[in-house]
Amino acid sequence: MAKLIALTPCAGLLPISLGKIAVTEVLPDRLMSVAPFAGQNKAVSAKLKSHVGAVLSGLNRRIGGVTWFGHGTWMVAGDVALDGLAAVTDQSDAWAVVAISGAGSEDVLARLVPIDLRATVFKKNHVAKTMLGHLSVTITRTAANTFEIMVMRSMAQTLVHDLDVAMRGVAARG
Amino acid sequence: MRITCPNCGERDRREFYYQGDALALDRPSQDAGLSVWDDYLHNRGNPAGDTKDLWFHEAGCGAWLVVDRNTVTHAVHKAVLAEKVKR
Ligand SMILES: [Zn+2]
Repeated sequence: MAKLIALTPCAGLLPISLGKIAVTEVLPDRLMSVAPFAGQNKAVSAKLKSHVGAVLSGLNRRIGGVTWFGHGTWMVAGDVALDGLAAVTDQSDAWAVVAISGAGSEDVLARLVPIDLRATVFKKNHVAKTMLGHLSVTITRTAANTFEIMVMRSMAQTLVHDLDVAMRGVAARG
Repeated sequence: MRITCPNCGERDRREFYYQGDALALDRPSQDAGLSVWDDYLHNRGNPAGDTKDLWFHEAGCGAWLVVDRNTVTHAVHKAVLAEKVKR
């Protein structure tokens, strides 16, 4: 029998760090996209509350394991059973998820992301669907100096490369 | 040029994909006749001034928007979700 080796999306790419800033891989057990059918948001929220302990978050927000993921869609970190209430797709292996943390993380992202991510406007559990370089990303602030970034798995190397270059740029400025 | 997405807030134009005249939402009935369908499929105005277009928030929330803007001044007046537009 062939022995299969599971590779994570950022295997061989992360972790990296420079000065106080570190980029590490985040490995959710499950990622299920949930798009509630018309008029079913309340029913879906009630189910999610029992499945993963959080309801559907508002636009551009995360609650616990439930992250707004675009128009009419949420990404849920955990198993769900929503037959008849929502379109559900298991996307567990489809995303590369990384955390960038440490003082100066905002400066790194400011070089790559065209929206304002400063703590005064982009607070903990705020979510943005936007761009990082040429990549479509979902960015969540998970702590004072930590952001989580999701990209399609096929873009993992580009994401890490872009972050690496920006980190060195920020470090060179001192 | 910046567009205020009803979901995401004010964003740079490069996050959006341009489709064309929002007239595309006014689909004629199936039995409207050839000339009406010909007009719907092929003919568009080329206004110098206010216009309504369909834009897709491709690198954002993925919503289709109807954007009111001015082709002369480049002002963007407002954007609404295409699904909320009365048809
Ligand atoms: Zn949007």
